[in-house]
Amino acid sequence: MKKWLLNWRLFSLFSVMALLLAGCGKPFLSTLQPAGEVADMQYSLMLLSTAIMVLVIVVVTIIFVYVVIRFRQRKGEEKKIPKQVEGSHTLEIIWTVIPIILLLILAVPTVSATFKLSDVKPMNKEKRDKHTVVVNVRANLYWWEFEYPDYGIITSQELVVPTNERVYFNLKASDVKHSFWIPAVGGKMDTNTDNKNQFWLEFDQKAADKAGGIFYGKCAELCGPSHALMDFKVKPLPRKEFDQWVEKMKNAKPVVTDSVAKEGEAIFNKSCIGCHAVTPVDKRPEQARTAPNLANFGDRTRIAGILEHNEENLKKWLKDPNSVKPGNKMAGTYGNLTDDQINALTKYLMSLKVE
Amino acid sequence: MSTVARKKSVIWDYLTTVDHKKIAILYLIAGGFFFLVGGLEALFIRIQLAKPNNDFLVGGLYNQVLTMHGTTMIFLAAMPLIFAMMNAVVPIQIGARDVAFPFLNALGFWLFFFGGVFLNCSWFLGGAPDAGWTSYASLSLESPGHGIDFYVLGLQISGFGTLMGGINFLVTIINMRAPGMTYMRMPMFTWASFVTSALILFAFPPLTVGLVFMMMDRLFGGNFFHPAQGGNTIIWEHLFWIFGHPEVYILVLPAFGIFSEIFATFSKKRLFGYSSMVFATVLIGFLGFMVWAHHMFTTGMGPIANAIFAVATMAIAVPTGIKIFNWLFTMWGGNIRFTTPMLYAVAFIPSFVMGGVTGVMNAAAAADYQYHDSYFVVAHFHYVIVGGVVFALLAGVHYWWPKMFGKMLNEALGKTTFWLFLIGFHLTFFIQHFLGLMGMPRRVFTYLPGQGFETGNLISTVGAFFMAAATIILLVNVIITTAKGKKAEADAWGVGRTLEWAVASPPPEYNFAQTPLVRGLDALWIEKMEGKKGLTPAEPLGDIHMPNSSILPFVISLGLFIAAFGFMYHNQHSWGLFVGIGGLLITLGSMFLRSVIDDHGFHIHKEEIMEAEKGVKA
Repeated sequence: MKKWLLNWRLFSLFSVMALLLAGCGKPFLSTLQPAGEVADMQYSLMLLSTAIMVLVIVVVTIIFVYVVIRFRQRKGEEKKIPKQVEGSHTLEIIWTVIPIILLLILAVPTVSATFKLSDVKPMNKEKRDKHTVVVNVRANLYWWEFEYPDYGIITSQELVVPTNERVYFNLKASDVKHSFWIPAVGGKMDTNTDNKNQFWLEFDQKAADKAGGIFYGKCAELCGPSHALMDFKVKPLPRKEFDQWVEKMKNAKPVVTDSVAKEGEAIFNKSCIGCHAVTPVDKRPEQARTAPNLANFGDRTRIAGILEHNEENLKKWLKDPNSVKPGNKMAGTYGNLTDDQINALTKYLMSLKVE
Repeated sequence: MSTVARKKSVIWDYLTTVDHKKIAILYLIAGGFFFLVGGLEALFIRIQLAKPNNDFLVGGLYNQVLTMHGTTMIFLAAMPLIFAMMNAVVPIQIGARDVAFPFLNALGFWLFFFGGVFLNCSWFLGGAPDAGWTSYASLSLESPGHGIDFYVLGLQISGFGTLMGGINFLVTIINMRAPGMTYMRMPMFTWASFVTSALILFAFPPLTVGLVFMMMDRLFGGNFFHPAQGGNTIIWEHLFWIFGHPEVYILVLPAFGIFSEIFATFSKKRLFGYSSMVFATVLIGFLGFMVWAHHMFTTGMGPIANAIFAVATMAIAVPTGIKIFNWLFTMWGGNIRFTTPMLYAVAFIPSFVMGGVTGVMNAAAAADYQYHDSYFVVAHFHYVIVGGVVFALLAGVHYWWPKMFGKMLNEALGKTTFWLFLIGFHLTFFIQHFLGLMGMPRRVFTYLPGQGFETGNLISTVGAFFMAAATIILLVNVIITTAKGKKAEADAWGVGRTLEWAVASPPPEYNFAQTPLVRGLDALWIEKMEGKKGLTPAEPLGDIHMPNSSILPFVISLGLFIAAFGFMYHNQHSWGLFVGIGGLLITLGSMFLRSVIDDHGFHIHKEEIMEAEKGVKA
């Protein structure tokens, strides 16, 4: 796509536009600062279509301004009757043919990009290549689960991926329809309740560094009261670090030394373990996994996907989940906890670390 | 007999009227009221989003307001206001005395009205629908309470009304044209109404089917949308958009028609390229049915479907472009007078072009994966629907107000409304394109600070208040005009071209004392240019046959309104079933009465007409 654009004389116009648009938004979130192959392709298409459309607007505006100024009624002309023109075949052919040409210029790269973005053959090979990374994304009312079927590990809320290579996704929802969107890295795909969708993304290492090592992910389909708060984060890592992370995850188990945290563990095992797992290896079927996996909770950057990651916010969330995320499925499932119990639980949860 | 009818009270008169001009006023009042309600909901939305982490409307309540804003604006404000214009103008423009089925016309209005009232009752009975105006199946089946039931039943009832209206106008335009009014002499607004009615005829049945499925699932244990039971939620998306996309054209084609009339009138020129305008209108209507799946590019339909729908969608830009240039060249060489309606028409061109080009951008499927369900889309469709439809309705109301009510709206206030609305509109929605591109999803009740969304949202909220101020001034204008407005002449603007400007303002109940003979496009203009005072009659003066008023349309609709309440509560309360059946009996009973009671209508006698016409001339 990039090369194709270079061939265009319009390139200079594009760079000006790109410069203007790049001022918009944050590098970890904006589609205007593309951070990978998919977003790049889409951004080029955006620029091309915007250029064509700006051209159309300019032409219309010039005629418009001229007409509105030149032909307005002037003093003393109130009785004047202008010539009643029926039409003009030449003009009509011109403004039929030119738009068709402009649309063809846009249609060809659109169709080509649409097919490229849907190429998921490598993930569906009978024997998948060892290096192909596949993630099963399962969207749930206000939280995300990321399962790595080839490594047998599960994590939640924070997606970890290798950079500079295509990562493939299976997408589905377990309750209502959601939509999986990492704006800076590429367009969205819906997670349906009926079927599994597939697509791929590529995460650029340089862009990731610029974005501070984290991209923001969003739910893009209205899914209930806390739709606005169904955020997730993406941690792109160089392939080597990613492999190390996978190894650590495979063997991770909670290590509790602190006595308060031990108390917390006891409470957790009584009230929470029914839904939440604390090891990345969770052999239960997905229907049983009704809450986020907490194996690396202590390493995360957000509480409940949105609040800053500190003990105070965690206590707030445990005390009254609905005050943080209205309509969530955790509220009311574990009875009332005393402040001491919440403190212990907080200590325990914060100690769940893999790194 | 006609004198008897005139003695009854105004309220009873409007409850029973079958006169298309009075039904137009009913549509205008009801649609206008719902427009205010939907506007208020929009203001609430903008207040909530003015700053990050705001707590004015949180979570579920915000979703209710958002859903009702969309549903109200489309089904209860834009549609009826379009019907108000069509009822007020189309029969007169084709030289007819009324629509083909006056009784059906009244029934259509009352069904819409009771459907709308039913939907809004949800606010007071446990909460409004909260799954968006699209009400996607998995979320709407999950939704607790009765909100979605109000949506399903309310839209079903008002949808019947719309379908009837569409059929009525199709038959009217095919059968009731005055002698000489061939298809290619019909005013552009009539053409647009004709194509829109055809779209209604084909687009509303899929919605009806979808709503019946959903009603079955929610109230009667159906499994159409339960994947576990072999149902499929994607089917809802298809059914909804097979209706939903043509709906956009159902709204915007009459808007194009209104502007075509206004451009020609106030440029004092005939519409440039009339036949290609007709062709473009029909083509847009046709293509409008081929593109619904562009609302579902991210659903996972695969690259072949996405590519086909992408290219089909782009194709619509061609006929739309033809229209834009024809309007520009209608003004070219004209003698443009900037009245309030003309200001809206002129402002419509750049505003709508903006909405149109972002539409083409959305059509590029691969790029749409980024735009979809973001604020970019919100900006796009508001540019189309506000910049196109709402501008047209405001223009049409100012343009035809003297015809409907016999008084000229105040031009100074009208222009103030226009400028406030125009500025507010662009202030609100332009910035939203960028919010979307910067990664803000739509339908979010809040956003966290630090994501770069603060400034844009604040600007957007400020713009909304400009539009609110404009609306208030419009209301003031209406009140002042009603109290002491300048009386309008038959040709209220002095430059009318089409037949409605040949009859008195407001027109007598029979419209034309003598059916006119139409001798070409812009029938009145032709007569005026030949120095004649009035139209050439096609028949001698005689008695005019008129339909009787009837309360039955009101009662039929009331029955369905009651039945809907009954069936909605039948799962919780034993009285539900009885009320439901009772309501249906009221409806079926009134339909039976309508079938068995002979109603021959009445005649307005020649002498009465001569008397009345003398009054107008004097």
